[in-house]
Amino acid sequence: MTPHTALIVSLLLPIAFGPIIALCGSRPNLRDSLTVVAGLLTFGTVCTLIPAVQAGGVAELNVLEFVPGLALSFHVEPLGMIFALVASGLWIVTSLYGFGYMRGHHEIDQTRFFFFFAVAITAALGVAYARNLLTLFVFYEVLTFSTYPLVTHARTTDALRGGRVYLGILVSTSVSFLLLAVIWTYVATGTLDFTPGGILAGNVEGNSLYVLLALFAFGTGKAALMPFHRWLPAAMVAPTPVSALLHAVAVVKAGVFTVLKIIVYIFGIDLLAETGTSVWLMYVAGGTVVISSLIAMTKDNLKARLAYSTVSQLSYIVLGAALATDWGIIGGGMHIVMHAFGKITLFFCAGAINVALHKTEISDMVGIGKQMPFTMIAFFIGALSVIGVPPLGGSWSKWYLALGAVDAGQLVFVAVLMISSLLNIMYLIPIPIRAFFPGALPKPAAAGTAATDHGHTDHGHGDGIHEAPILMVGPLLFTAFGCIVLFFYAEPVFRLIAPIVGR
Amino acid sequence: MELINQHLPILQIVVPLIAAPLCIILRRRQLVWVFAVVVTWACLAMAGGLMLQVLSQGPISYHLGGWEPPWGIEYRVDAVNAFILILVSLIGAVVLLYAPASIEAELPEARASLFYTAYLLCFTGLLGMTITGDAFNVFVFLEVSSLSTYALIAMGTDRRALAASFQYLIMGTIGATFFVIGIGLLYMMTGTLNMADMAIRLQPVLATRTVLAAFAFLTVGLSLKLALFPLHLWLPNAYAYAPSVVTSFIAATATKVSVYVFLRFFYGIFGREYAFDTLHLEYFLVPLGLLGVFVASTVAVFQSNLKRLLAYSSIAQVGYMVVGIGLVSVTGLTATLVHLFNHAVMKGALFLALGCIVMRLGTVELGELRGIGKRMPVTMAAFVFGGLSLIGVPLTVGFISKWYLVSAALERGWWPVAVLVLLGSLLAVAYIWKVVETAYFHEPEGKTADATEAPLTLLLPTWILIGATLYFGATATFTAGLARAGAEALMGGLAP
Amino acid sequence: MILPGLINYWVVVFLMMSGFYVVMSTGNLVKKMVGLTLFQTSVFIFYITMGKVAGGTAPILAAPGTSYSNPLPHVLILTAIVVGIATTAVGMALIIRIKEAYGTIEDDEIQAAEQS
Repeated sequence: MTPHTALIVSLLLPIAFGPIIALCGSRPNLRDSLTVVAGLLTFGTVCTLIPAVQAGGVAELNVLEFVPGLALSFHVEPLGMIFALVASGLWIVTSLYGFGYMRGHHEIDQTRFFFFFAVAITAALGVAYARNLLTLFVFYEVLTFSTYPLVTHARTTDALRGGRVYLGILVSTSVSFLLLAVIWTYVATGTLDFTPGGILAGNVEGNSLYVLLALFAFGTGKAALMPFHRWLPAAMVAPTPVSALLHAVAVVKAGVFTVLKIIVYIFGIDLLAETGTSVWLMYVAGGTVVISSLIAMTKDNLKARLAYSTVSQLSYIVLGAALATDWGIIGGGMHIVMHAFGKITLFFCAGAINVALHKTEISDMVGIGKQMPFTMIAFFIGALSVIGVPPLGGSWSKWYLALGAVDAGQLVFVAVLMISSLLNIMYLIPIPIRAFFPGALPKPAAAGTAATDHGHTDHGHGDGIHEAPILMVGPLLFTAFGCIVLFFYAEPVFRLIAPIVGR
Repeated sequence: MELINQHLPILQIVVPLIAAPLCIILRRRQLVWVFAVVVTWACLAMAGGLMLQVLSQGPISYHLGGWEPPWGIEYRVDAVNAFILILVSLIGAVVLLYAPASIEAELPEARASLFYTAYLLCFTGLLGMTITGDAFNVFVFLEVSSLSTYALIAMGTDRRALAASFQYLIMGTIGATFFVIGIGLLYMMTGTLNMADMAIRLQPVLATRTVLAAFAFLTVGLSLKLALFPLHLWLPNAYAYAPSVVTSFIAATATKVSVYVFLRFFYGIFGREYAFDTLHLEYFLVPLGLLGVFVASTVAVFQSNLKRLLAYSSIAQVGYMVVGIGLVSVTGLTATLVHLFNHAVMKGALFLALGCIVMRLGTVELGELRGIGKRMPVTMAAFVFGGLSLIGVPLTVGFISKWYLVSAALERGWWPVAVLVLLGSLLAVAYIWKVVETAYFHEPEGKTADATEAPLTLLLPTWILIGATLYFGATATFTAGLARAGAEALMGGLAP
Repeated sequence: MILPGLINYWVVVFLMMSGFYVVMSTGNLVKKMVGLTLFQTSVFIFYITMGKVAGGTAPILAAPGTSYSNPLPHVLILTAIVVGIATTAVGMALIIRIKEAYGTIEDDEIQAAEQS
């Protein structure tokens, strides 16, 4: 398969399987195995692109002439390759997990669920392969709208409200800021192609550059930069597989990926480094990192806590981009991968606890380590990776981000990274510790007593193992294992990303 | 064949004009329908033929009865109106496919053949306004289309249709009379009615007060016909109570043709220098257009009748077109022209989808549509796609329009206009999502509980237009290319 | 001396404005149609007036050198009259059906019937 064919095939596979999956709605087993086949085929096809990218990237491929002079156009460069691999690879794992979750949870309308999931994956791959800003914007919006039915899957009043916030923030930021910035760029430069070194130098100058960067950074609502982060916690009304893949991996990573791409290929890091245009963005990102970590500590709902943790971790990547140094960009790129594995593990665990024990609040999770040992061990590993402790993958990206901050002469952000790690420890580690050693730590004052008896009635407490279905535990162990593997085999990831900054 | 090609411009008008009274003679409902369908599709073919001729040989000048212009009436087809001709005949042809099942549900049997007569007359009038190169002729065709539109609207089953039609008649006639006064004043100064000739002869006398008066009368008259805010009052009721087929057709075409005539008069006859560089019509058009976008969209958010909701959305969309006119650049006019087409396609589709709902439920009150998404999934999917296009989501035609309009505003350096245009589309999210939430977030109850999917004869035309919405949204080379050619022709003006 | 020369135009403006006023002010639909017709008629006079050439005769072929009034506005106005009659006819037909449906031809009573 030539790279171009592979590119198109991998893009079309999920969406082509979508209707087939929808048609098999009456036969769940067939439908689910088809979903896995689609996932495997897609991932396999994406993998065939790796050699071509290492050899210097896949040339552009114009698919449709969008308006005269602008085409829907794709190519594969290292950053997109990474994102495509992560999104399509974790899709398989999430699909498996999703079967367990949806059946264990007796969810309604599973067919519609898997259909829109497939569409969302195509959209994420489209974002990854985008050759120009227009293509990226198109798939970015498709991703927003295709995930709306997933977020509101339950069709309850809560889902409706969550969906409003989700769509409201994502659409209003992208339409009023991002689209404006895209068109502005086009009017100013006459092109929207992602070009190494950027296209803005010499075309947009002075204060306009600041405004444009702000429009891009805040317009990419999916990157969840404060104050436009509210959609992410709101999206937690979705079923857990959606939160896991889309709101820990595909959707949010599409956001930070967009920011990275814009900074590297539209602004050009040299331009930002020389003019210092992005310094304010570092502070906004740094602020988001710390503030959302603090908010996460106050959340008792596990998914809400993870959501704010995600907001915080996303800003690491934005920070890496804003630093506008080689190491910052590399760190940001690697963090896309590392955080994806860590956070998806945590979300998988949250879903597993919900299905097996019907617990969603952290204060209820005291002592559950005896019932769900595998899940909680995986949770522990995922948490350590998110914190950035060796020997787990997350430590590498934090290392490079810190290097980037030093390189940029912004030592304050090294401190921000340290403080954030400490905060991460404070809000993530108590969960597995209390699960295994109920008496080890003092209980959180208010929530603990009120909820201790709650939820213990349906399921025998303390005795015997009560794990989630194997289809859920398997995937979460797999991704936890991935966190460890990524520590020892981080080099391939590094080598894949490094070319974008010419290293 | 050669003979037909030579006389295509007149055939475009004469064929539907003669066919209209024949419909009364044919009487039988099915027969009339087949006949009307053949006629409209033939018109579409002719419009396509004219477009090909224009693209290969440049503007066509057809002399009625062989009388040389400027004495005789000239039909003049160039890149701009060939595009509009295709638009009108495409919508006319597709909507007619939908007609029999829908009018069976909404009209008494005896009126069926009269419906087709009025429909074809309206169709003729709109095509005539577009194709003619004679100013007074525009007025005549304007009245042909308006009078038949009044009759079509009055066919609505609700008695409010009658009041709405009468209100439209009063406002429409005032608009048309203003228009004819304007033409009279121009004739006084130039002694000609041929548009191209008028454009030349007007140049030396532009500074006179008479021309200024003509300019004012034409602006007001045409603004009334194209429903520019705040002269839009006739529109919501007319669209809301007309039969669904009629609403689809006039919503997609009538205001569009008026926009075209507006462009023809101000860019063609008065010329860009006079209308914009001297009189600064843009300072009138852009604020009113934007005001229209915001006021009408806000009102739309609070409507409970979906037809009225979409009617207010139409007024907002006219606002976008007018803003494009006021930006006075090739890109701005491209935005307007491409939006003429895009809006016609998507709004036509949306009203057709509402027609499906009317057929099954007999109502489009939002309160009675709970859970309709489960009972009529295909219809509602069409509605959602059409709605996404109104919002301007990428891969729908609405995005293409927005892209050009914002580009034009930024090119001109009017960034507040660009921002407002984008914010305006967020209001569309509000009113479309209100419908989505009602349709999908409730269990079917009451009337919707035992509703079934609309028949294929209704769904097919609806989805043809939705298909066009998506296709021309994904690759707009064709529409945007034609629009650009038209825009360049308009910027050049009629005077050589 | 301006007034006599332009008297037709003054009449036109007067008719136009009174017609317009009637349309706007009255609530009776038939009276509205009367006003509308008046409004349209003023335009007919306006066109005829502007076709007049000082000292010109009716445009019937006569000895060379005779000056004619411009016949074109007359022709245009023939068309406009037809349009006007058609408009009046459609309007009247609508009024009859409104009367059947609402039992009244007063605008405010129709509004009231819809409100209740």
